[in-house]
Amino acid sequence: MREIVIISGKGGTGKTCLTAAFAALAKNSVLCDADVDAADLHLLMQPEVQQRVDFMGGCKAVINPELCTDCGTCKDLCRFDAITEQFQVDAIRCEGCGVCVDFCPVAAIEFPVQRSGEWYLSETRFGPMVHARLGIAEENSGKLVSLVRKEARQLAEKRGANLIITDGPPGIGCPVIASISGATVLVIVVEPTVSGIHDMERVVDLAAHFKVPGMVCVNKFDLNVEMSETIEELARKRNFAVLGRVSFDPAFTRSMVEGKTLFEYGDPTATWQQVRDIWTHIINSPSMNTLGILDLKSTIQ
Amino acid sequence: MIISVASGKGGTGKTTISVNIALALGEGVELLDCDVEEPNAHLFLKPKIERNEKVEVPIPLVDLNKCTFCKKCSDICRFNALAIVGEKVLVFQELCHSCGGCMAVCPEGAITETGRELGFLNFGARDGIGFINGRLRVGEAMSPPLIKQVRAASNSELITIIDAPPGTSCPVIAAMNGADFILMVTEPTPFGLHDLKLAVEAVRLLGIPCGLVVNRADIGDHKVFDYAESENLPVLLTIPFDRRIAEAYSRGKNIVEEFPEWRERFMELFRKIEAIVNERGGVAHA
Repeated sequence: MREIVIISGKGGTGKTCLTAAFAALAKNSVLCDADVDAADLHLLMQPEVQQRVDFMGGCKAVINPELCTDCGTCKDLCRFDAITEQFQVDAIRCEGCGVCVDFCPVAAIEFPVQRSGEWYLSETRFGPMVHARLGIAEENSGKLVSLVRKEARQLAEKRGANLIITDGPPGIGCPVIASISGATVLVIVVEPTVSGIHDMERVVDLAAHFKVPGMVCVNKFDLNVEMSETIEELARKRNFAVLGRVSFDPAFTRSMVEGKTLFEYGDPTATWQQVRDIWTHIINSPSMNTLGILDLKSTIQ
Repeated sequence: MIISVASGKGGTGKTTISVNIALALGEGVELLDCDVEEPNAHLFLKPKIERNEKVEVPIPLVDLNKCTFCKKCSDICRFNALAIVGEKVLVFQELCHSCGGCMAVCPEGAITETGRELGFLNFGARDGIGFINGRLRVGEAMSPPLIKQVRAASNSELITIIDAPPGTSCPVIAAMNGADFILMVTEPTPFGLHDLKLAVEAVRLLGIPCGLVVNRADIGDHKVFDYAESENLPVLLTIPFDRRIAEAYSRGKNIVEEFPEWRERFMELFRKIEAIVNERGGVAHA
């Protein structure tokens, strides 16, 4: 089983559009949307949801005013300023640590588990897909990311799929760490801007920190060709393979408006070929073929 | 007055809008970069960084000479950051949320606190514009406590512009909570609209007035504008797609500096925000 995780550091560099395009090229794969916070892949995949499951995240404190004696113990102990002057819990500030629950002298605080979102097993025109929606303003996004990835893995095993394509979240924090741990390889989508390059360096550091191999492709490369070269140089220096370049192409937005992948919109273009070449590079990369065998399945069978 | 610039979707132009408002207004403004995972505002504002400060969060330190291995600390910890194995106490510091429960519950007083490095705060300025950013340590998972530290370092006398992280979960809430106005930057595409709706839901939860900037306003479709109208969200500024703006951005150049006619438009944007905040009863913070 191989898992390719597409990340970027900076948001809006084209992760989801490229993930969808890769999905259209891949054979026998499972799709996974690990950007549970602002998931968009389903807008291109139009999945038919087969199964919908509640995601139970952490717990939140609730003070029962009937029992509360206004003693202030909870307020003194809470490090998240979540207890108001009127001894109510501000659910947005509550971290779910339960310290107030355990220390309340009259046991006036309940600690119900929260439904923090839901996740879905779906079918798409490119194969099965696992995705999720974290509730608004919720915590535990890392936990939901790990869950979605685990489900994708199980689904792939059940379907005999040997590849998972995962659309990752932006940033380098909790949900990104949960997205990349144990991945076969990361595909980092970079745009040739000062912020794109800055954020790529942080994400490359993160990959190195967690010892996950990565490869880099430059999207919208013609916005700044010089910067694209700098990015590729930097990638090579850090031992990240350079996969290729994709043009700044309004067809990405136009296909998105129609809910389609790049390859389902209009006539073939040079951009199609660029994305195809990048996909070939990914599939044939040493990271994806650790034994130097391109088609592991054919060898085993 | 605190204006938090957010978006839901990444890459819609939060940093561009934040920096250009700050530059248009000039002195008396403070820009806080709260996208601590990927802070970018300094690349455009180019402030002179004067000092930095390490930020730590408390984590437990167990004195094994006093510990009786009663397991009260591991029992109270909801984050599985403590485990007692025989005569050993394991502290998984990256799982710790710094709630202090273990220290409070320990009957032997065996637990004190030490720090886990979250990252850095950088302080600087440019042409009278104050600047603070947070930089999360690579490998650190929890950004909200660092975002809160950036906010805590702010000078409340000034007009504060916050460059928020993308998304709709806890880091964004930390960057929006307590603001007087949320400026949502979006683009008129299905992804932009979808994530905008989620972000607006979060803003409504916080009860803060909100308005829109539609960036690259002529790409995609018209649905963002329809949504804005149906939700009563004022569109305060539209910026058309202009390859010259995109190329200037790629080199770290700012709209108000490269295209001076935009300076007045950003000032107008600020005046509109100010009018909405005043109409709503003024600034919540002194």
